[in-house]
Amino acid sequence: MSSSDQPERLYAAREPIFPRRVSGNFRTLKWWLMALTLGIYYLTPWIRWDRGPSLPDQAVLLDLGNRRFFFFMIEIWPHEFYFVAGLLIMAGLGLFLFTSALGRVWCGYACPQTVWTDLFILVERWIEGDRNNRLRLHRAPWSLKKARLRLTKWTTWLLIAVATGGAWVFYFTDAPTLARDLVTFNAHPVAYTTIFVLTMTTFVFGGFMREQVCVYMCPWPRIQAAMMDEDTITIGYREWRGEPRGKHRKADGAEALGDCIDCMACANVCPMGIDIRNGQQLECITCGLCIDACDEMMDKIGKPRGLVGYMALSDEGRERAGQPPKSVWSHIFRIRTLVYTTLWAGVGIGLVVALFLRSEIDITVSPIRNPQFVTLSDGTIRNTYDLRIRNKTGGDQDFHISLTSDEILRISLEGTDQLVVNVPADETYLQRVYVSARPGSEAAEAERVDFRFWVEAIGGTERAWKDTVFHGKGED
Amino acid sequence: MSDKSKQSNRQKGDPETTGHSWDGIEEFNNPLPRWWLWTFYACIIWGVLYTIAYPAWPLLKEATPGILGFSTRGEVAADIAAVEAANADIEARLAAADLTAISDDPALSSYATNAGAAVFRTWCAQCHGSGAAGAKGYPNLLDDDWLWGGSIEDIHTTISHGIRNETDLDARWSQMPAFGEILAPEEITSVVQYVRSISGQDHDAGLAGQGQQVFMDNCAACHGDDGTGDRFQGAPNLTDAIWLYGGDVETLTATVTNARFGVMPSWADRLSAAEIAAVASYVHQLGGGE
Repeated sequence: MSSSDQPERLYAAREPIFPRRVSGNFRTLKWWLMALTLGIYYLTPWIRWDRGPSLPDQAVLLDLGNRRFFFFMIEIWPHEFYFVAGLLIMAGLGLFLFTSALGRVWCGYACPQTVWTDLFILVERWIEGDRNNRLRLHRAPWSLKKARLRLTKWTTWLLIAVATGGAWVFYFTDAPTLARDLVTFNAHPVAYTTIFVLTMTTFVFGGFMREQVCVYMCPWPRIQAAMMDEDTITIGYREWRGEPRGKHRKADGAEALGDCIDCMACANVCPMGIDIRNGQQLECITCGLCIDACDEMMDKIGKPRGLVGYMALSDEGRERAGQPPKSVWSHIFRIRTLVYTTLWAGVGIGLVVALFLRSEIDITVSPIRNPQFVTLSDGTIRNTYDLRIRNKTGGDQDFHISLTSDEILRISLEGTDQLVVNVPADETYLQRVYVSARPGSEAAEAERVDFRFWVEAIGGTERAWKDTVFHGKGED
Repeated sequence: MSDKSKQSNRQKGDPETTGHSWDGIEEFNNPLPRWWLWTFYACIIWGVLYTIAYPAWPLLKEATPGILGFSTRGEVAADIAAVEAANADIEARLAAADLTAISDDPALSSYATNAGAAVFRTWCAQCHGSGAAGAKGYPNLLDDDWLWGGSIEDIHTTISHGIRNETDLDARWSQMPAFGEILAPEEITSVVQYVRSISGQDHDAGLAGQGQQVFMDNCAACHGDDGTGDRFQGAPNLTDAIWLYGGDVETLTATVTNARFGVMPSWADRLSAAEIAAVASYVHQLGGGE
């Protein structure tokens, strides 16, 4: 406790972090992954996919206005939204699987927060220089040069952020049309608002908040602990090899020291601002940059690589005793990961099967129950049903409507003498259907009669059915 | 309370206390977080500006109007005006359309049906029911039996002018006499049996035979020799399975004795031409339209 009268500050101010440039296997992998993920994000809306004249030709399109979701050859209607839910469940289970096998590999390599922060740090280094230059600039008083560098950096960040927010909206409407509308200021205000909001979040999260998003805002690091165990392969410091750390000067008795030369390379490259030698900690996103930094240093001083590296906690004792660690696969194949894999694959297989089994026509039946039945002048008892036919065959299609029942029921359609309706391509068609029972017949007197509506595509093989109920006069 | 409770446990460097002490437990007087305090001040300023900009302070008659002139009532009016403006074109088309041609135009027909459903639920459902199934004395509009005709023009006329009302000179008009003053009770009993016979219900054949002559003399003028009614006079078809008031002996006897006088108001002055056309086409497509 300080001796001053000032109370201890309750707020922990952020310590600025200036990650140093590093090169190595993991850095190279991260560059490739950055190119891949950003490429997917920015380019996907521009991929075209021919679906015929009446449907949009954008490969991936979330058409909220028309309530359709297009994903290459797959078209999802609102009532099939379970496919999207299933994909989200698969994404969640996949995340569980990777976390239990490889720790926070998602956080370190693929999370948008990591990728964009990495990109923003790259821009920062191009403009303001590497760690030492940035530190110096940070401490320097405001000058023309500092203002120029900061403005250049912020402008570049902002441009990237605008591109990020801009790419998002292209997923929701035809990209080339929207791009033209955006430039000519004819786009919908929602598009501009979305771009503005995502621009600001990208700019602030990637440029200024960075690791604070992971540490304070993201719930995932807290949940991840539940998926990890001592077999999870994660990044650690082999302290039995490194300690006691110290500068290897002959005079200090270098022989007594461990391999760690306390060069701080691992801490200086860390985008989270931590020292991996303190053991596993909440902030670590396992990005692998400390491994590259340490390996580089070990190469220079002629020691074996891997002082900081991927390892499983369960190997610690073996390694300490100088034995080789167990194989990677023996860590990965364990009950936990097998359960996650099974669940993940189960949902995946279910979705694929559902995708192939789904019919090109689909009907729903809403019986009109106000009133339950109508008596016609000849005593006929008539029920009314709203039949909705969804035509997913890709073209205009005639459908034949019929019913099957144990009792004698007659069917007729509102507005037409026939039992055929034409449903335009890719639309839901509402047809009122009357089902009637002759006066005095069993169905007319019964309280309820079960029957089945059939809808058949004329000239096609597809047909669909729905069971419903006919109400007669009942027993009174 | 012992004196001990008055002793402070404050250590050096601790913040000031509020001076309150409960059994020796004291309360630190930590400053409010700055961000919280400034948010609080900002809310006060916002609140003051808000009461100036929007209706806020209650006065004797009404609240202060606010310099922006906003009112929820005005907002609703603006919403209604916007919807009406958006529908103006199709409303005009509907008002001018030939009634029988509405169903051939998908856009017009869809608008008419939906707008008509809204009009129906607002103005017609009180008597005819929200599902248009009617009630005793109020015709079911879903069936194929029409007192005054089931073509869309007939329905349109009925809605426009109403039935047996005093306000509209063009209202459909007819009046059944109260036969309790004209016929003897036995004649009424026999004609009721005759009516039950022609509508295929259980009846006393002997009485029905006597009732036939009563029917021919008194009822056939309006209901027709065969009892199938007359739409020009709104005389119901007595041979079918549909009864406005009921086909049982008791109800039929009451109907013959006292007569019926169902009234429907005229809507021409209350609904616009487009609304009447819309509700007519809505009723026409409910399942009984001719």
